[in-house]
Amino acid sequence: MMARIIAALAFMTLSTSALAIDSEQAFDDPELQARYEKLVAEVRCVTCQNQNIKDSNAFIASDLRREIRRMIGEGKSNEEIKSFLVTRYGDFVLYRPRFEGKTLALWIAPFLLVLFGGFALVRVVRHRMTLPIEDGPDANGDIR
Amino acid sequence: MNRFLLPLVAVLIIIPIFILGLQSDPSELPSQYIGKPAPEFSLPTLADPAKTFSNEDLKGQVSLVNIWATWCGGCRTEHPFLMELARSNTIPIYAINWRDNRPAALSFLEQLGNAYVASGFDEDGRVGIDWGAYGAPETFLINEEGTVVYRFTGPLNRTLWEQEFVPRIAELKK
Repeated sequence: MMARIIAALAFMTLSTSALAIDSEQAFDDPELQARYEKLVAEVRCVTCQNQNIKDSNAFIASDLRREIRRMIGEGKSNEEIKSFLVTRYGDFVLYRPRFEGKTLALWIAPFLLVLFGGFALVRVVRHRMTLPIEDGPDANGDIR
Repeated sequence: MNRFLLPLVAVLIIIPIFILGLQSDPSELPSQYIGKPAPEFSLPTLADPAKTFSNEDLKGQVSLVNIWATWCGGCRTEHPFLMELARSNTIPIYAINWRDNRPAALSFLEQLGNAYVASGFDEDGRVGIDWGAYGAPETFLINEEGTVVYRFTGPLNRTLWEQEFVPRIAELKK
């Protein structure tokens, strides 16, 4: 029984590669193929929006994959390919937006919030430390 | 009292941001070309592959560029309005026929009427990508210098036209 389950699970992991949209490899060179796969996983499908172009079969996604393949083939750098996409579709097209003026808030807001939370926490704890410790019943007679 | 002041101020700042966020349509992508020259392109026309339609055709007039295709339901919906607009001679309408099939596109225009001064045939979708198109129909308003003034996504109708385009065109022709 156990062996069957394991075999079934093993088959499931195999099938994910069969589900990939491109039936054939984009590049013979493993290094280029790896770059291609990393890029298509980071580009948002502009029509479907919550999917990357690697997983989407929308035609715009396949067109964008084709453009990325073409640019990698032409020897363009990842930076050049990303700016090709951002010029046309804006920062939204990249799942990992670049660090620049317009996206600054996106990048630093989480850190600011943590900082603010930490500051608030310290203040509350400090304040509580100054309160007298009372073990006995309070004015209402309740046990704290 | 004081201990409530800070959270209250924080909430008062956050609520308007949320209200703004709820009102905007997250599926709508702003065009990257507003205020910039329309992307360079040159396409064979749908009607005659020997002729071309390019940026040059757009210069010297206020015009519309409509991205359409026969596979696009919204394009069929808005077509009667585009016909009406074309007949009224308000503004020349150019088109990019996006990722389509030539015979199908030609028969679409034959059946429903041709609202376009010229339709570029973008068979592989390259020019659509250059324009930042993410779904048809899309309608761009182009000024006399060939600069993109506005982009509207989705099927147009009389009400939307009067709301979104008429004031902008009046501004351009002032």
